[in-house]
Amino acid sequence: MIDLHGYGPRLFEGAMITIQLGVLSLILSVILGLLTASAKMSRSWILHRIGTLYTTIIRGVPDLVLMMLLFFGGQIGINQVTDWLYYQFDIDIFINVNEFVAGVLTIGLIFGAYMGETFRGAFMAVDNGQIEAGRAYGMTNWLMFRRIRFPLMMRHALPGLSNNWMVLLKTTALVSVIGLSDMVRVAAEASKATREPFTFMLIVAAIYLLIASVSEWGFAKLQKRYDVGFGESN
Amino acid sequence: MAATPIPLEVRNIKKRFGDTEVLKGLSLKAKKGDVITLIGASGSGKSTFLRCMNLLEQPDEGDLIVHGEDIRFKMTKHGREPADWKQVVGMRAKLSMVFQSFNLWAHMTLLENIIEAPIHVLGKSRQEAITHARELLERVGLAERADYYPAQMSGGQQQRGAIARALAMDPEVMLFDEPTSALDPELVGDVLKVMRDLAKEGRTMIVVTHEMAFARDVSTEVIYLHQGQVEEAGPPDEVLGNPKSERLKQFLAPKH
Repeated sequence: MIDLHGYGPRLFEGAMITIQLGVLSLILSVILGLLTASAKMSRSWILHRIGTLYTTIIRGVPDLVLMMLLFFGGQIGINQVTDWLYYQFDIDIFINVNEFVAGVLTIGLIFGAYMGETFRGAFMAVDNGQIEAGRAYGMTNWLMFRRIRFPLMMRHALPGLSNNWMVLLKTTALVSVIGLSDMVRVAAEASKATREPFTFMLIVAAIYLLIASVSEWGFAKLQKRYDVGFGESN
Repeated sequence: MAATPIPLEVRNIKKRFGDTEVLKGLSLKAKKGDVITLIGASGSGKSTFLRCMNLLEQPDEGDLIVHGEDIRFKMTKHGREPADWKQVVGMRAKLSMVFQSFNLWAHMTLLENIIEAPIHVLGKSRQEAITHARELLERVGLAERADYYPAQMSGGQQQRGAIARALAMDPEVMLFDEPTSALDPELVGDVLKVMRDLAKEGRTMIVVTHEMAFARDVSTEVIYLHQGQVEEAGPPDEVLGNPKSERLKQFLAPKH
């Protein structure tokens, strides 16, 4: 049996943080991605510009830099606002940026841009005739999105989405720089304290691989569901 | 007894794409039970005209009156657009379209395709929609194909399925956009037979087609379009049997 020197429970907690961080960021990034794709495909000039600005900035700046900017910069920004409120109106509030929330927001924001591009390509791959049929049968935009465009688009989006998720999962390791005890940070501490880096890093690697394998299985299932009607899976 | 409103009337429809005017003021009136066929060479504007009737294309000018209701338009920076999209959605539910490339929704079975709009657009109950759909499938000869996906059916079956989908809306008017043009010759007959039956039972139909035999036998009115204008129109015996315009004579002459 491997000797974890009592780090087992903390490692487990770290793994839970990694998973929660990953899943919540994924949900946020999918929502942002759908919004970004819609904005970029919209006829509105302003929405189009906002979408483009967002994806350009996020994709052009390293994740780590963005994370520090948002976490530390965000705290300074909030402090300035609360200071101003205190001096002007004598309202005394103190908001501390919670590392977990900051992590989810940052990773979600970063991957929202990548998801946006994935979704945009997928929406454009949907045969226009399918959408025209929806229009011709009196569907509203929302109904059309829900019943026609989204399910047809997913088939094209899933390979990219699954790839983004794998990268996102590994990006969660960056949150250790803002002081969140994810499993990488716990393992790093444990390695230093026990001088057994292999033990801990191999365990971390194995857990990442496990999550990745389970995800791959899940995405394959999803792909099968959205491929229904398109040959292969019938 | 009050007269029932005319199912569809369009007046003076004009449409331009960039600098080319593709429809130069077209009008049409479809009374109950009318079968109006639009014929003409490709590029004559017949499909665009049909697509203006349910606003898949936005006409730059002209009026659209569906079952007595005037569709309202307004000018925007993108051009002329419907003033009230809710009204358009309601109008489209009264006119159902059959497309050249069928456009059955690929991720739904045939039955799901047929009940989709009746449930989600018309608000019918699922049970009611399914019962109606099964009757319609029986009528178009596809009862045993209900659980097939479009990709698993031939073009002719898909098109008959698409006609069942259109019928499920209980439409005031059915719009057919070259329904047999994408089919292999041996599959055309089945689709035309279904359409002939619909005409016989008094459905109001507007059909863009290249099938002259269908136009001759079934229509109450034939409209021959040339470069976005009506070149000749009238009952099929006159227009097809005794054409006056040189162009139409040439168009109808057997090709070798």
